[in-house]
Amino acid sequence: MRSDMSLLTRWIQPNERVLDLGCGDGELLAHLKREKNVSGYGMEIDTQNILKCVERQVDVIQQDLNEGLAYVDDQSFDTVIMTQSLQQTREPDLLLEEILRIGKRAIISFPNFGHWTTRFYLGFRGKMPITRSLPFRWYDTPNIRLITFKDFEILCREHGIRILKKTVVDNEHAENWKVKMFPNILGEIALYHIEKI
Amino acid sequence: MPSQIPADSVGLVDPQSAYFDEPLPLRSGRTLPSYTLMYETYGTLNAERSNAILICHALSGHHHAAGFHSESETKPGWWDAAIGPGKPLDTHKYFIVSLNNLGGCHGSTGPTSVDPETGEPYGPDFPIMAVRDWVKSQARLADRLGIEKWHAVVGGSLGGMQALRWSIDFPDRLDRCVIIAAAPKLTAQNIAFNEVARQAITSDPDFHQGYYYKHDTLPRKGLALARMLGHITYLSDDSMREKFGRDLKTGKLNFNYEIDFEVESYLRYQGERFSDSFDANTYLLMTKALDYYDPAADFNDDLSQCLAGSRCKFLVVSFSTDWRFSPKRSKEIVDALVRSQKPVTYLEVDAPQGHDAFLFPIPEYFSILRNFLAQETRHAQ
Repeated sequence: MRSDMSLLTRWIQPNERVLDLGCGDGELLAHLKREKNVSGYGMEIDTQNILKCVERQVDVIQQDLNEGLAYVDDQSFDTVIMTQSLQQTREPDLLLEEILRIGKRAIISFPNFGHWTTRFYLGFRGKMPITRSLPFRWYDTPNIRLITFKDFEILCREHGIRILKKTVVDNEHAENWKVKMFPNILGEIALYHIEKI
Repeated sequence: MPSQIPADSVGLVDPQSAYFDEPLPLRSGRTLPSYTLMYETYGTLNAERSNAILICHALSGHHHAAGFHSESETKPGWWDAAIGPGKPLDTHKYFIVSLNNLGGCHGSTGPTSVDPETGEPYGPDFPIMAVRDWVKSQARLADRLGIEKWHAVVGGSLGGMQALRWSIDFPDRLDRCVIIAAAPKLTAQNIAFNEVARQAITSDPDFHQGYYYKHDTLPRKGLALARMLGHITYLSDDSMREKFGRDLKTGKLNFNYEIDFEVESYLRYQGERFSDSFDANTYLLMTKALDYYDPAADFNDDLSQCLAGSRCKFLVVSFSTDWRFSPKRSKEIVDALVRSQKPVTYLEVDAPQGHDAFLFPIPEYFSILRNFLAQETRHAQ
């Protein structure tokens, strides 16, 4: 299990209704069902991932997140989760608004473009960074909206979004004191627990 | 039948019939005083009676879904690809029931049956059946077979609409509902196609207002036309290009009004073959059942409200090139299920075959079908 997944589990209360956007093979939802008895769905675009979800007994809906979630009722989920996909959407700001319309709270994680390795890569090599958490070349990357932690927090402020909790992990997906002191430089992946003010 | 029965075939099957003398009140306000249902079963009902799956057929389907009726039969049942030992509807695990719906022409009471009151075939006087009437009759068949609750109700196209109707009308009698290449109601375009098909039949001089049996004739031409039209809408533009392109039957243009192109030859063949084996009054009736279907109409046109009482889990599957019941129509069902907070899984299968894709053994489609049927049920809803 990816460590950002096990980290966010503690932010989920038992029996919550959860929506996992870009749920992949359903690992997280299966885990949350087991640990927290959650109900709800995953949404995913890739057919092979959907088939794996079904094998795992995870309810999953094929959906392109760029097509919007207008049909989902306001506040119909306790928590909407989006791990490592926000940077792949066309209009992340609007999607974030939608997420907090349909969910009472949200958990968002993404790779930090402000991490020292990417700064170093671009600054010294003059090329778009290829790192462990951003492993693609500029022309084939699905990560079209590169974000730093600072950028994300500015967006939250501008959109009236309150950050309830955040956790920043380094490339071992561990939380440690260094990462906590210099999150935007040493944090590789951030997890934000947010709600609408 | 092929010279040797394939290992994954259910083999030779015998159709059975069940007679019901309890009158069936219908949506139209009329009543069917008594009736017979033809059905087939594959696999074995377990001791707990918990492994039964109902197959609902589409417009021109019938009870013969799998296996062979005799050694001389060349083609197996219409969904043989999916039903059999080791197949997604695995007869090692499940007891599968497939019936011919009322109003059909393959043995269940329908327009070709004799009306006990007149001693003549019902013909056009056979009551128009609604999907909810079929579902009610299917529930009575379940009673007869000792099946309190289906492991799953499964259907494609009009069959999927029956499965959806099951979840609304008999929420406690199914654990899983599989809705394939269906829609929550027909669009104007769908109804328009059906109307042209009906006009083709009723304007055939041999139709005789539906009393063609009395005239010892059949509206073959009209029924063939209706089928040709239907067939076009079941295929995708791509699959027709792939299959026929602009290939010429005789290698040259004939400059007359006979067959030039392969596609014309194919459609005529399909139409003629169909008109030899299908009843025109049944075709009319089936298209009306499609047109009238609209379960949300009783709930202020709110499908999510309509589904609020359902207690099963749902699998909805659509096919990318299906334009008769496009993925968008399946998504309407999914959206309503999400709004009513029901467990649902949805997949749009990338398939070139158009609406017909639901009959093909497409790996992703069969995988999701198999694994969904194997899922545990949660009774927490």
